[in-house]
This record gives sequence, C-alpha cells and structure tokens, in this order.
Amino acid sequence: MSSSENHKPLKNDSQSYSATAEVGSVRKRRSRAERWWLALKEAPLSAWFGMIVVLGYIFVALFAPWIAPYGEAEIFPAPFAPWDETHRFGTDQIGRDILSRLIYGARNTMGIALVTTLLSFVIGGGLGLVAAINRSWLDQLLSRTVDVLMAIPSLIFALVLLSIFKPSVLSIILIIALLDSTRVFRLTRSVAINVAVMDYVEVARLRGENPGWVMRKEILPNIMPPLVAEFGLRFSFVFLTIAALSFLGVGIQPPTADWGSMVRDNASLIQFAQYDIKAGLTPLLPAAAIGLLTVAVNFVVDWFLHKTSGLRDEH
Amino acid sequence: MNTDNKSDQMLLRMTDIHIEGFSDRRWHPIIKGVDLELERGQIMGLIGESGAGKSTLGLAAMGFARSGCRFTSGSVEFDGTDLLSLKESERRKLWGTKIAYVAQSAAAAFNPAHRLIEQTIESASRAKLRTDAESREDAVELYGALQLPDAHSIGERYPHQVSGGQLQRVMTAMAMSSRPDLIIFDEPTTALDVTTQVEVLSAMREIVDKYNTAAIYITHDLAVVAQMADVIKVLRFGEEVEQAPTRTMLESPQEEYTRSLWSVRSLEKPEQRSDDIVLALKGIDAAYGKTPVLHGINIELPRGKTVAVVGESGSGKSTAARVITGLLPQTAGTVLFNGEPLPEKLADRTPDQLRRIQMIYQMADTAMNPRQTVEDIIGRPLEFFQSMYGREKEQRVMELLTMIELDESFLDRLPAELSGGQKQRICIARALAAQPDIIICDEVTSALDQIVQEGILKLLLRLQEEYGISYLFITHDIATVKAISDEIVVMFQGKVVEQGLKSEILSPPYPEYTELLLSSVPEMDPDWLTGLLADRTNTGV
Repeated sequence: MSSSENHKPLKNDSQSYSATAEVGSVRKRRSRAERWWLALKEAPLSAWFGMIVVLGYIFVALFAPWIAPYGEAEIFPAPFAPWDETHRFGTDQIGRDILSRLIYGARNTMGIALVTTLLSFVIGGGLGLVAAINRSWLDQLLSRTVDVLMAIPSLIFALVLLSIFKPSVLSIILIIALLDSTRVFRLTRSVAINVAVMDYVEVARLRGENPGWVMRKEILPNIMPPLVAEFGLRFSFVFLTIAALSFLGVGIQPPTADWGSMVRDNASLIQFAQYDIKAGLTPLLPAAAIGLLTVAVNFVVDWFLHKTSGLRDEH
Repeated sequence: MNTDNKSDQMLLRMTDIHIEGFSDRRWHPIIKGVDLELERGQIMGLIGESGAGKSTLGLAAMGFARSGCRFTSGSVEFDGTDLLSLKESERRKLWGTKIAYVAQSAAAAFNPAHRLIEQTIESASRAKLRTDAESREDAVELYGALQLPDAHSIGERYPHQVSGGQLQRVMTAMAMSSRPDLIIFDEPTTALDVTTQVEVLSAMREIVDKYNTAAIYITHDLAVVAQMADVIKVLRFGEEVEQAPTRTMLESPQEEYTRSLWSVRSLEKPEQRSDDIVLALKGIDAAYGKTPVLHGINIELPRGKTVAVVGESGSGKSTAARVITGLLPQTAGTVLFNGEPLPEKLADRTPDQLRRIQMIYQMADTAMNPRQTVEDIIGRPLEFFQSMYGREKEQRVMELLTMIELDESFLDRLPAELSGGQKQRICIARALAAQPDIIICDEVTSALDQIVQEGILKLLLRLQEEYGISYLFITHDIATVKAISDEIVVMFQGKVVEQGLKSEILSPPYPEYTELLLSSVPEMDPDWLTGLLADRTNTGV
C-alpha cells in the first residue's frame, strides 16, 4: 500500500463529476449543545411544564436538609396539629412536621425509585441485548422465564416476596428492580432484534468482533431513544409501586419519610374535612406530590418520544 | 373524450413550476421553473440523477405536492382546467379517474388484505364510471392485454401470491381501469430484474398505445426510457437541461451533461486471463433450513481479477457470498482460500482469514451504523486488525479517504449527511482498511444513479490496479458486468450455468438461460424492444 501518496484524484471525462461534490441531504452540522437548544426552543408548553416540575423536585430532593424547617424524624408534642405558622401543614399522628417529611420524602421516594429503575434497566436491558444477539437456547430460556414472571400480577408477587424477605430499602430495591426488569427485557429484546439484523451488525460480526462490543457499540446506541422513553415511564411506575407498597405497610419503613406511607398514616384525617377543610387536605398532599411528578415525567417522555419517533407536523 | 379540434390535443401544460421542500428548518427549492407540455397519447420520459426533482415534477403533474413540499408559483393546466386553483376535494376527483399514478414498489402499494381485482376496480367503482360487474369484466380484459397468466382467475389472488413483475402489471391495470387520460409511471421497473423488466415494459407500452393514453415515464435508466418515450426531458438540480424527441436525443444530445449521461454505459475493462486462483468454491451445497439453495456450485476467482456473478433474483448469488464469508456454513463441498480450505463457521476462522475477505453491501445505508462518524467507521478495522490508535489511526483514515476521492472534511460526518455515492465510497474505504485479498461486492452499484455508478466502478478498477485486490462482483446488470469483469459466472436456480472469460460468455453460442438474460438487457436503441419481441415471438422463446 505504498502508492497512496502519489495518487492523484481521478480525472473524469464527464466535465463536472466529483465524489465530494455530490449533493447529500441538506443538513447543517450542529454541535450537540446547539441541537439540544433548538429542540428545547421548539418544545411544547407541556414539556416545559414537565421539565420545570421535575427540576423542582430534584432541587428539593438534593437540598432537603437546608429547605426543610425541621428534621425528618423530629417529634413535636402536639399530634395532628392544625396548619399554622410553626407547622405550615400541621403535624402527623405522632407529632412530626408534615412539610419537613414531604421534603425528605422527595429525597427518599425518588432516590429509591431512581436506583430501582436504573437497576432494572441494567438487568433487563443487558439480558435483552444478550437474547437479541444470541437467538438460540439462551434466548428461549430467558424469554420463557420472563413470560412466567410476567404471568404473576407484579404487585401481589412483590407483596409475597416482601413478606418472605424482611422489608428493607435494599430488599425493596432488589425485588422491584427484578420484577420490573421483565418489562425492560421484553422491550430491549424486541427493538434490539430489529437492529441486530442490519448489515452493519453483520459487518462487525464478519470482522470477528466479540458479542460484547457488538452490543455496546453497534446495537445499544441505535436503541437508545425507545429505552430512554421507557426509562421515564418505568420510573413513574416504580415510583407508584413503592408508594403503593408503603401504603400497604410493606414498603419503606418508619421513621424514614415516604409519600406512600404518609398517605396511609394520615388517611384518617380525611374524615375531619367537614370540621377543618385544611386538616382534610393533609393526607392528599403527599398523594398530590406523587401525582404531579408522575404527570410531569410523562409530559417530558411524551415530548421525547414524539421527537425521536420522527413524527413531524405537516407544514 | 372528445378529440375533435386541434387545441384539445394538448392534454397537460405545466408552466414555470416552482416547488420548495422543507428540511432543516428552511424552505429549499426543489423545482426551479420547469415547463412541460404533453399531448394526448404522447409518452414523455423524465430522466436525471436522484435529487434532480423527477418524482416531484411527476407528482406536480397531478397537482400534488408531497407532505413537506409546496408550490410557490406556476400553473398546471390539465385538460383545460388549472389544477392548482382547484380545491383539494375537486382534485381528488380527478386522481385515479383522469390521472393515475404507478409507483416504484408495487409490493408496497397494494393492500395485502384485499384481492387484486377488488383493488384494480376500486377507483372506477368509487367514481361510479361503470357497474362492478362491468369493471370486473374490464379488469380481466386488461389483465389479458397485459399478458398476465390466467387472466380470469389471477384477480382472485392476494398480492403476496403473485410475483413482483406480475404485481407491477396488475398495478398498471389498476391505473388503466378507469381509462385515465394521463398515467404517471414513477420508476416502475427499477426494482425488477432484467428478464422480468422486459415483460413489464412491453405490456405497459402496448396498453398505453392501445388506449391512446398519455404518460410521463420517470426513470434513471436511459435504455428503458429509450424504449418507452416519444420525447425525453433531461432534468438536473430541479431545472430542465434539454428536451427533444427520443431519436434526436439519443443520436445528438446538445448539452454536455446529457452526453455525460449517455457515455456511462461505454465503460469497459479489457479482460485478462490468470491461472493464479485465490479463491475456489468446490462442489458447494447450501441450504436455508431445509430448503436447498445451492446445488454443487464451482466458482474460481483468479488473483487480482474480477469475477462477475450474474443471474436473476433468487438464483443463489448472494447465498454463495454468505457461504464464502462463513455466515452460512455449507452442507457439502469446500471453499479453498490461497489453496487451503477455509473453516466453514465464522467462529472457527482466524482474524487473519477474516481480514483477507471483505464484503461491500448493496444498501450502503444499512451497512453503516447511523450513530458512528466516518472516522469511527473506517477507523474500527484499523484498530481491530492492525492495532492502530490515536494519531497513527487518524493519519491512515485520511489516507483512505484520499484513496476514495473524499477529503478530511468528511471525518466527523454521520452517514445521514452523505449522498448515496459517498456512502458507498465510505463502505469501500472500510473494506480497504483491512487490506483484504478479496472484496465481495454484492450489487454495490444497483442502488445508485448511472453517473455515480460510473464513479464507483472506476474507483474499484483503479484500486484493483494499484493494490491487486480480487473482486467477486455480484450483479444483475450486464452493463456493470461489461465495465468491471474479467470473468463471468452465470447462475440459475442455485446452479452455475457457465463460467468463463467475459468475451467467451458474451459471445454466441449461449446456453439457453444466458441467451435469455443477455437479450433482456435494454439497449439504447429505441427499436430494441420491438425487435426483441418480434424475435421472441418468431422463435417461440
């Protein structure tokens, strides 16, 4: 291969043809930051609302000790205190400040949900990719196991498992992550199979690349959009599952503040609504916090899905 | 249809058409002021490379702009009415009844859930031109006129039950069903192989003649347009280059650009014989599951030469390539590489064996990871086979880019930012990066325009001269075969019909199948199709 330096561009007899001058698709090259900025500028109102709410939650979760007026487990003498200056949203059944617990709850509930979702994506996504590349007995084994797991209603399954293993933060994370990873597995496998049959994957295999490289470099980048969108949705569902488990009493254990258990603990206050409307609202506050975050995350996911699906509005 | 006075002869008059398309947040001109006039019964060929605006102009003749496109000026006068000033609903009444459209991919244009005949008569029944029974009778007649087998019963089949060529003819019948004044054919034979293409072309031409229908025939294949059109209009960059009656255009094109289009098919490599065999397939059998595809094929590839493998789709050309690369282990026979047998399975081959046999694909789009830059794509084989990293790798990638006549401005581009020809060049560079002995080219030029094809073929020839690479060139296009090959292998139904030097294969006497294949390749002579059909009827082929 020594003659490449004395090579001259091919003189073509048809006057103007040159490979560099061929017209590709009209597209200006933009940096990642520019592309993001353009996308943000065109984001609909709902997406903006979602992003602001999510950022707000993250801010609160990160700086909880500084924002919260009192400690997470600090007990005051008056249980079920009404809303006033010292306790903005009153106190709960054993006299803990509701506002502080709401703020710490953001940190605990969201943190656990995030770790759980990440873990379920690592397990489900990894195995899904392996199944998509392997396509033989291993694929069968994994897929059928997942089918069996999915055949059992997941909330009931989680309850059963949590009563076998002691409910702790670790066991909650592991059990929910495992149950949720079945859904992630199904999605990853089905989108990865479509990519695994592309010629460029064949090129990599013909080069003798190992399966790990093919998974990471050739397939994963091309299935990211659906996975990211799914991540948002899964996060919401995990969040709801944890809240539901806490409400049932097998979730996050006291004194750790958690929105689901806060709803349960203060649920009885709702019958006082006819005497004091504010007291009646108290158990709905953590529920509203859960609802708002779920809606906000879904707004962002919807927008992201719309962008990456290539659906374009007619001009 | 009243054709009683002279002024009524003019069917379509498009004046000063400007169309813009929206992409990347801006409006770009696609058609920049083209005029087009078509008389009743006249066939106009629209030719040009991709991106010239042929299809956009064809659709504009219906008063239609694709989504994301808009008319900015001009008028489309069809049979005395200006289509652009009509309401969408009024235009819709004309579509399918007065103006019909035949798309490139018939397979994608049919609804798989309905029988062919229902789809054929749909537009005629909807417009209540005839009763259903009359339409059905008429459809059968059209099927007959289009030389479809079993004209009486073929309409009862579903789209997947007929071949691609038959489907394309049914689609023509569908367009003819309401006896339109104008049919727009958008590359209707591009997806078909040559032997089928001839049948479809002759059927289309006959039926258009018979009912005196005007047609716009869009294609990038000059030889095809020469058979079909009365006049040819050449487009480039959304502008008209020139227009002339077919014969005048073929004999004495006025513009330099048109001449360059015409000269493409004249590329021809002088053949060379060689006995130094780099790759030999000996008695290969192969099967997909239980379906046998290859039956004891023998192919020899001399070092530094090109062997073209020709045959229609389904003849086993690509399967042979899969056996050589190890993607499909053979069930019998051996592949000898430099005199030694290659392990059947991909996993058993050494990195060096993998490096020496490279492959280039038909669809460059799907052969490159859309998320990797050109540098990543070309650089990976360098890292993998030659352990080159950092500056050294970058240097080598630049060298490779120069070899394929591109420059360093392409380094950080993604595949979506390249044209079709550039994509194929990057794929060639990726194959070259491995410094292979053999490159298997699977229909590498068939998705490209003629001028771009010529550029790629010249590049491949030059690389062969400089580095002594051997090509196994799979194709169904005889012009490409003439341009690049030393030897030819003809395949038919999983068997090798013959292998020999280009001059031997391309001169008589031919085995029966080779004869059919060669005679089906359109020539630039406008009388070719007529002559061929006359020959075939006489000899009963």
